[in-house]
Amino acid sequence: MKATFVIFRFDPAVDKQPRYQEYAIDVESTDKILDCLNRIRWELDPTLVYRASCSHGICGSDAMVINGHVGLACQKLVRDYKTANNFVIEPLPLFNVIKDLVVDMDPFFEKHRYVRPYLINDEGEPEKERIQSAEEQKAIEPALRCILCASCTSSCPISRANPNYLGPAALLRAFRYINDSRDTATGGRLAQLDNDDGAWGCKTMWWCTDVCPKGIPVTKCIGQIKRTIKQQEKNE
Amino acid sequence: MEHQYDVVIVGAGLSGLRAAIELGEGTRVAVLSKVFATRSHSGAAQGGIGAALGNEEEDNWEWHMFDTVKGSDYLGDQDAIAIMCQDAPKIVYELEHMGVPFNRTPEGRIAQRAFGGHTSNFGKAAVKRACYAADRTGRVILDTLWEKCLQRHVQFFDEFQMLSLIVKDGRCCGLTAYELATGKIHVFNSKAVLLATGGAGKVFKTTSNAMASTGDGMAIAYRAGAPLEDMEFIQFHPTGIYKLGILISEAARGEGGILLNSEGERFMERYAPTIKDLAPRDMVSRCILKEVRAGRGIGGKDYVHLDLTHLGAEVIGQKLVEIIEFAKTYGGVDARKEPIPVQPTCHYMMGGIAADAAGHVVLDDKKTPFPGLYAAGECACVSVHGANRLGCNSLLDTLVFGRRSGIEIRKFIHAHGLCTIPDDLEDLEAAKIRYLMEKDGTEKLGPILQEMQTVMMNNVSVFRHKETLDEALQAIRALKERFHDIGVHDKGSCFNRELLDVLELRHMLDLAEVMTLGALHREESRGAHSREDFPERDDQRFLAHTMVRYEEQAEPLLFTKPVNITRFEPKERKY
Repeated sequence: MKATFVIFRFDPAVDKQPRYQEYAIDVESTDKILDCLNRIRWELDPTLVYRASCSHGICGSDAMVINGHVGLACQKLVRDYKTANNFVIEPLPLFNVIKDLVVDMDPFFEKHRYVRPYLINDEGEPEKERIQSAEEQKAIEPALRCILCASCTSSCPISRANPNYLGPAALLRAFRYINDSRDTATGGRLAQLDNDDGAWGCKTMWWCTDVCPKGIPVTKCIGQIKRTIKQQEKNE
Repeated sequence: MEHQYDVVIVGAGLSGLRAAIELGEGTRVAVLSKVFATRSHSGAAQGGIGAALGNEEEDNWEWHMFDTVKGSDYLGDQDAIAIMCQDAPKIVYELEHMGVPFNRTPEGRIAQRAFGGHTSNFGKAAVKRACYAADRTGRVILDTLWEKCLQRHVQFFDEFQMLSLIVKDGRCCGLTAYELATGKIHVFNSKAVLLATGGAGKVFKTTSNAMASTGDGMAIAYRAGAPLEDMEFIQFHPTGIYKLGILISEAARGEGGILLNSEGERFMERYAPTIKDLAPRDMVSRCILKEVRAGRGIGGKDYVHLDLTHLGAEVIGQKLVEIIEFAKTYGGVDARKEPIPVQPTCHYMMGGIAADAAGHVVLDDKKTPFPGLYAAGECACVSVHGANRLGCNSLLDTLVFGRRSGIEIRKFIHAHGLCTIPDDLEDLEAAKIRYLMEKDGTEKLGPILQEMQTVMMNNVSVFRHKETLDEALQAIRALKERFHDIGVHDKGSCFNRELLDVLELRHMLDLAEVMTLGALHREESRGAHSREDFPERDDQRFLAHTMVRYEEQAEPLLFTKPVNITRFEPKERKY
């Protein structure tokens, strides 16, 4: 069947303003949106660019706006949309466009680095593994699903309003290490987030949770950071 | 633009990152990757990493070694396999110390599960050896290593495509690369280069591999004079989602899932009475296609069913989360209630750049090193997987030999300085790119790519025959001719994806030719290489590695390298 794709185009070398270009292709209802983009690129217009790699929602490359909603192009199928096979494809909001659907993710990863996204443990290493109970491991399980696709942060209204706000993805990474029973830097990590650019920036608007392609309860995880901070203040 | 480093690592998957960590903070290391580091295909690995920890049941590294040798159909080099299986527990403990969030046993130790071809007591029964983090093991290891690199301030060059290796007087002195964001050429002058560029599944039409898995490192090393080894051995994973090739991890069978034909029969009981559905991948893939050929595919079509419906909510909810989602999203199947339609999908290259267990790229049958050049992970052939890789041995391979390459490179860079390299390299590479961009090509990328993938899928996949291989070789060579007339329509220098596609296609065409040549040469059936005109293994003639070297102005040169056998003499392979 026929489908129409209206795609955001911008080449900084040529275009003063972004423009939209329309393509008509044949699709199957089970095609991924990424399959459609690949077909446009290979058959109609090789100059169209976007990022993509694994093609099954695990590498996190191809988050974009599909018919007004953020999603992974490789995880959404034609049949998921009730728009009579008319599609509008745009780059992730919040970030600067480099070209077409490719955006500058540097600010996103800068925030990621800021939360010290690695295990800190000053107790020395045992000969074998550290002991961690199955329940302790489960406490961080939701955050382990994160693929750093930036869907959440680019959708977050607070991130759009406050460029200094860490945003849901970086806070989720902080959650992962705060709640890892093997990490010994919990106090410092919480102190780092105890401000309006950190955990308190979140106004529980749930957009991050809504768009997460891995079904992570992001807002709840941030809420848990807030409760842990309060708890710690009480204990002091 | 010219850079100077002690070491340049190409590829930011598990091998590359593990090597970067091993090289330590005192070394000037650059990691180049054509995709952002965490997009590397190691992240798609689902099931686990093999190590005889013995956390769930009795195990030891010698059993692991035996299984790997037998799984390789006796083509794996046993000295290297012994190293890998002995290193395995240490490698896994190190990962745990770095923060990898493995699932846990009730005692709080790293949890383990059964995987294809892994047994106790030299083949007596299946054993739980795969250490796992749900079904996203590769992803969490990749994230952990990348974040460790951030902590160590490793210098990343993301979205840089390697163009060529710089070789002077037989030594590798660095490489040239193309920066995707700007179109600039960068020259990296370095004492050593480690290739950790992964596999080449995109040569085939149906694959579990990422779009980035185009074998760039293998092809560039090949053109620089490094031989490729055992390229005819290509793993087809038995359980790709029907038509799509998206992987359903072997963990699904490790946790108790079974394969059923159209008669509802658990057919693997017939082919592998001892370990049944947990037979190695080459066997299970062939069995599925045999069932299909015998008319027992589901609905007369070319797929069978993978049934998980009896596993229960807990196993599925905690251990197989991602694959249940994959089946639902892409196959429209609720795997908790109905079976998943599956068929073999191109998954892994056992072959690659000929290398030894210390990571040296080797030039010949005597393992003479290519000075300054190293390779590890899927792009390398050490050879620990021989003719068929066991599940959960690939993550292990990447980490063991990534680490060992790092150790070896550290020794090399302390003993050697930088080379003096020609100062016109940047101009030369820029001229090559300009030529590609400016010529009026009559051929387009899409048709050549699709034809290569179709030919390789039809003629060089699970079952092979001289006639169809000859056909494939002719077709690939014709495509290589057509490639000369390819044009690049995007003339821009910012994110020119089309230019990259063209470079990748050139790499894949080289590899497709080498794979087909190896498959034609090997007149026997061994592991993943199954010749219908030569159905038996022939140790007399073919217990040897196939080596293919690139020749200027001539056909590729094929020669062999002996297999290292220390302990387990070749036997008939039954499960």
